[in-house]
Amino acid sequence: MMSPLLEIDNLGVTFSTRRGLVEALRGVSLSLQPGEMLGLVGESGSGKSVTGFAVTGLLDKAGRITAGRVKFKGQDITRASGAELRNLHGANMAMIFQNPRAALNPIRAVGAQISDAILSHRRLSKQEARSEALKLLHAVQIRDPERRLDAYPHELSGGMCQRVMIAIAISCNPSLLIADEPTTGLDVTTQKVVMDLLARVVAERGMTTILITHDLGLAAHYCRRVVVMEQGRLVEEGAPQTLFRAPQHAYTKRLVASSPTATSRVGDLVPADQAPSVVEVKERPTPAPGTPPLLDVQHIVKRFDDGAAAVADFSMTMTAGESVGLVGESGSGKSTTARMICRLIDPSEGDILFDGYSIAKLPARDFHRSSLRKEIQIVFQDPHESLNPRFTAFDCIAHPLLRLAGLRPGDALRSRVEECADRVGLPRELLSRFPHQLSGGQKARIGIARAIACRPRLLVLDEPTAALDVSVQAVVLQLLDRLRREDNLAFLFVSHDLNVVRMMCSRTIVLRAGGIVEQGESLALFTNPQTDYTRELIEAIPHIGSPASLLPA
Amino acid sequence: MGTISATLIRAGRRFLSSLPALFGVLVFTFLLMRVLPGDPAVFFASGPSAGKEEIEIVRKQLGLDRSLPEQLGIYLYDVGRGNLGRSMMTGQPVARDLRQRLPASLELTLTALVIALIAAVPLGVLAALRPNSLIDHGVRLFCSLGVCVPTFVSGLLLIYVFYYLLGLAPDPTGRIDIFASVPPARTGFLMVDFLLAGDFEGWWAAARQLMLPALTMALFVIAPLARITRASMLVSLGSDFVRTARSIGLSRWQIVVTYALRNAMLPVITIAGIVFSTMLGANVLVEKVFSWPGVASYALDALLVSDYAPVQGFVLLMASIFVVVNLLVDVLYGIADPRATVA
Repeated sequence: MMSPLLEIDNLGVTFSTRRGLVEALRGVSLSLQPGEMLGLVGESGSGKSVTGFAVTGLLDKAGRITAGRVKFKGQDITRASGAELRNLHGANMAMIFQNPRAALNPIRAVGAQISDAILSHRRLSKQEARSEALKLLHAVQIRDPERRLDAYPHELSGGMCQRVMIAIAISCNPSLLIADEPTTGLDVTTQKVVMDLLARVVAERGMTTILITHDLGLAAHYCRRVVVMEQGRLVEEGAPQTLFRAPQHAYTKRLVASSPTATSRVGDLVPADQAPSVVEVKERPTPAPGTPPLLDVQHIVKRFDDGAAAVADFSMTMTAGESVGLVGESGSGKSTTARMICRLIDPSEGDILFDGYSIAKLPARDFHRSSLRKEIQIVFQDPHESLNPRFTAFDCIAHPLLRLAGLRPGDALRSRVEECADRVGLPRELLSRFPHQLSGGQKARIGIARAIACRPRLLVLDEPTAALDVSVQAVVLQLLDRLRREDNLAFLFVSHDLNVVRMMCSRTIVLRAGGIVEQGESLALFTNPQTDYTRELIEAIPHIGSPASLLPA
Repeated sequence: MGTISATLIRAGRRFLSSLPALFGVLVFTFLLMRVLPGDPAVFFASGPSAGKEEIEIVRKQLGLDRSLPEQLGIYLYDVGRGNLGRSMMTGQPVARDLRQRLPASLELTLTALVIALIAAVPLGVLAALRPNSLIDHGVRLFCSLGVCVPTFVSGLLLIYVFYYLLGLAPDPTGRIDIFASVPPARTGFLMVDFLLAGDFEGWWAAARQLMLPALTMALFVIAPLARITRASMLVSLGSDFVRTARSIGLSRWQIVVTYALRNAMLPVITIAGIVFSTMLGANVLVEKVFSWPGVASYALDALLVSDYAPVQGFVLLMASIFVVVNLLVDVLYGIADPRATVA
């Protein structure tokens, strides 16, 4: 066995925050063999990113290494000085970050940024550095690299920016590469391309890699060895196949169970002892023939000022209690479509019938005065940003009741709000808190309680769980599914996560570039896609392993 | 290049959209002057003993006997032909007065702005690099003092120290010693004219004369510039791309200057534009203390004697300069930030 490239021994990191000291890492020990690709998985707050930053000496000023050692190539770098770190950075270890567009200097051409990295470690002329940068852009497969050298980050797509970031990271051939959520926020097909590229590049150059991710599938697909972290500790370690097939630690079990896969069902996501009590729900009778569908969208089009169509000719119908998924990559028009249907923006053409009434002609600006506003409600993507920071949880849920249901402040309002909170599983004592005092999952519950407060018949969910950890997502998805059954709610579920849509929706519509590519029963569509595009989407999802591995014993 | 032409198109559009505002300023100032108390006819009649008839004659000469809309029409017509009227005070056309005095004001204000920027940007950067350190608190104290002390006080203090006590500065009276020879006025900017004339001794004398008033003005505006530099520098230093720059081992200088500071300069450009426009009009105190023959003191004198035309001309000039400065800021922004042309 070779001597390890990186040895982390009992590492502890503490952050000083306004609320006192917070322990981010509590005794993490790891070692990395040269050429290995290690997966570091866990949910937010597990300390996986902090580990990466502590190793590279890039911790925030508030963070301090309080215990343990980091040895790189046999040399102790735990408390390396600024000059030592500068020599290590880039030349010996490099990082790739989440949100590639923000990670690049917005007012510097990408070629110049790559050159900066090269020139800081190698004695080359500017011209040589530039041609080196061009070679790197070729290596990360950027189309038309000569022209892209002078492009600015805002002129490139997210995937392209991440390739540039990879080019910068590998420019000085570091022996250790730490990729911190490199594809979070990218489309699933882009994720596959970027990850394949990254895996090939590091293999070709013999780099040792740590892949930090919340996505078990991604780690399983690209790493030989995976480490699971929880609350600053390593809880389990092993080859992904064994680790995810037969998790030993309770946390790993929960994590594996709550990660949606190609075959999981909503009910399986949360272990039985933690699942909310299942309410007996009787299936509703099918509506009598002749009743208009709940929602009838007829050829809606959305054009922007420059004439380009964000959505071109979209039609669909939904019956009461039905759940329909709207999937597609960014720019496919799925959010625009959802916003037109819930009347936040106006379609340029076409009509939308709700319960037989045309609602497309009423301007979006005035729709809040319509009696149908309370029938169509929305759950937004970011549970934090979509809550008024100066409203308590109670105010947030009461707001639609006051504005749309005509309730007045008093006991009736209080009991309605408490009922909504009960239904979404939000403890009543949290109702007096402000959003910043609540966790992501609790805020998501408030968003849902607010949406169902007026007992709507159609709920438009715009990526409702995209910002949540998988274990929280699992609970929220179960909650949504239960509410839908109880109230015979219709769901229009917008998501980029195909596994979630497959579980939640009986029917799925695939969008691409503003048009419908394919639609049909979810099960059939996902098992037997009819178009190449849908197949590509489905195949790009990284999987944990075989279905048998999914259910913990 | 595409970006430059796009910037110019944007600037042109901005200019067109600011024309209505300029027109509004024109009408508003006109009305304001008519509403303010004081009768120019009384003031400019031969003396306090002037009889009613004499005053009436002056009033007729000035056109003040006509109705307001009529006066406004005549005024707008004149302004449209480039005629800003005649100052009763100096007996000269207002346009010529302003043309003579504007370079003096611009020279002073520009110098002050340059001094302020040279001082404020490094101060802001230093404060941001070590937030809540001694340096940070020192900069904060210095800035607070700069804003708290009125310009006429700081100006007098500077005169007391550098002219009276140390004798380093020349008499604080005007742009140049009254007995010195003045170069042929080609641009009106003394510093430039002296250079064009090849008179370096004169240039040095004018520069010395300029230093104290410019310093006084600069002291007052260092604070906003340093504060905005510090704030945007802090944002920049905490951003993802600076972390990226650190992660690839760039030198400290490159991280701070090329990556952080260049991004942090964008809001500073905006504030510097606003500061410049404000200084140009509001530096009347400095002009008075140093007997600087600028436009602001000219306008103040005119206002005190109800001389309508110079005040109106001055306000129009200030509004136009404001528009031009904003355009300049826009163009600079377009060059400094490649994203600006997209939005």
